[in-house]
Amino acid sequence: MSVNSIQRSRAVPGRMAQGRAADRSKPYYRPYVPYLFLVPGLALYLLWSVYPLVYQLYISFFDWRIIPGQTSEFIGLANYEAVFRDNIFWLAMRNTVMYAAVTVAGQMIIGLTLALLVHRVTVAKRFFRTIYYLPVVTSWVVVSFLFIYLFSPGDGGLINFALVKLGVIDRPVSWLANSGTAWIAIYSLGIWKGMGWAMVIFLAALQGIPTELYEAAAIDGATEWQRIRYMTIPLIRRTIFFVFIALMIGGFQVFISVLLITGGGPLHRTEVALTYMFDKAFGDLHFGYGAALSYVLAVVIVVVSVVQARFFGRGDKDLEY
Amino acid sequence: MLATSGSQQRILNIIIFLVLCAGVFIAVAPLLYMTSTALQGVAYVQPYPPRLLPETITFENFEQAFSSRNFGRAMLNSAGVSIATTGLVTVLASTMAYSFARFEFPGKRIIFAVLMGMIMIPGVVLLIPQFILAKSLGLLNSLPGLVLVYSAGPLAFNTFLLRGFFENLPRELEESAIIDGANAFTIFWRIMLPLAAPAISTVAVFSFLGAWDEYLLALNFLTDQNLRTLPIAIANFRGQHSSNWGLVFAGSLTAVIPTILLFVFFQRYFIQGITSGGVRG
Repeated sequence: MSVNSIQRSRAVPGRMAQGRAADRSKPYYRPYVPYLFLVPGLALYLLWSVYPLVYQLYISFFDWRIIPGQTSEFIGLANYEAVFRDNIFWLAMRNTVMYAAVTVAGQMIIGLTLALLVHRVTVAKRFFRTIYYLPVVTSWVVVSFLFIYLFSPGDGGLINFALVKLGVIDRPVSWLANSGTAWIAIYSLGIWKGMGWAMVIFLAALQGIPTELYEAAAIDGATEWQRIRYMTIPLIRRTIFFVFIALMIGGFQVFISVLLITGGGPLHRTEVALTYMFDKAFGDLHFGYGAALSYVLAVVIVVVSVVQARFFGRGDKDLEY
Repeated sequence: MLATSGSQQRILNIIIFLVLCAGVFIAVAPLLYMTSTALQGVAYVQPYPPRLLPETITFENFEQAFSSRNFGRAMLNSAGVSIATTGLVTVLASTMAYSFARFEFPGKRIIFAVLMGMIMIPGVVLLIPQFILAKSLGLLNSLPGLVLVYSAGPLAFNTFLLRGFFENLPRELEESAIIDGANAFTIFWRIMLPLAAPAISTVAVFSFLGAWDEYLLALNFLTDQNLRTLPIAIANFRGQHSSNWGLVFAGSLTAVIPTILLFVFFQRYFIQGITSGGVRG
């Protein structure tokens, strides 16, 4: 296809010297070639991601009927009105924000502490990094069941057993039977599963700090804590912010753990945005309502992402001196 | 390092090591407990006191899991779907990324901008329209249909990742190939792809893991018993044998062990993917 132009340039010996410059300005490929590379992937993406995003907006304006034979009725913004008037929606949003706040704080504090320690430890660095990351690669479905078992009622449940032995509680707690204690199980799962992810990113940032900086600080007589507080943390602040935003976005999408551990119950008390969307759409078959709710959540997440992109850029720009 | 004396330093190192070991216990105790429960045989009541290491080891639960017809089937389905998804994502993302990195064509900027914007939209909020679309295309209860949806989701991010990698490769390699008369496909296949192997491996491990663990689409797309994937089969065990946790965890371990092995052996690519931003395990 592109052979012709190259053969021509070969046939003229004088052009060889400028060959490189000429190749850069003049494409060596036929104009349709880029599309051969682009279109297969793009077509799949347009069909299953871009189109659904637009289609969802359309669905959200209808009293959508999924059952064959029934016709969907256009109802304008009524689904959105219903969402914003729905007390359970607001409860679910509050729960979602709480989940994000608690688990993000937990993951960041533990993740950063572990990263500082792993960075500092002299032996088995790789081993620690590998082990802390294991919960991250374990599937949400499996760990959700695992945490139901860990938080079993009765004295045989591991958490009850440990807490009774440590004297934290007097008798076994039925963790999942009411919302307050069920959240403890759900939060712990979120933190336990995500701390290794935060740790790996923080560790990479720490490893990018030149050791000369620390040596200078040590000569100046800075203590370990002063070095962390006044040097390390400021140096990796962009990474800290990046992890914060990424975890917040992840936190807003909490779903499978709540779905499998409490199912949003009892009485919607542990409902989060996505479990409620799921319940409305696939339980009650109110697809229009579910679509409107999905859109509201997507807008919240996009706003958070845009704020990050505008004000802070990406975390990997941290280490420029 | 310099301010403290040698022996103080040594004590600090030991303390750090011990704290990290305590952390290791918290990270792995739940997984250990799951393994021990799966190996302890059929137990309808929780043993008291709970054991992190099994007293006796038996593979009864694993045998029972595999003898249920749907479980072995689910395993094959999951393997097939995950491998197909991995193949499709790596091929499509690398060709797309290459077109953005090395070609000029009308519409390039706008198409790329749309893809980058879409990265912000979490896939899970598209569950409803994807379900309705699959239903109208007759792709419910179809594993190839599931593969298409699985492959589409991570395409934008992976294209972004690979485009960055391709752009950083030196152009001189292609230029000498062009002078030798190679066409765009030869250059892509023979020169660029081998050089991009590390980045493509990163894309591959995350695609595999994503498909292997996916639950919601599989739950809604597949109602036929014979088509179910592993996460659904495990959830079914839990539904049907709710009191036999050993069985539930034997099934769970069967699903988890391949992912852990994948992580341990390809750790480099995981770390690369995680630190390049956006990818979560």
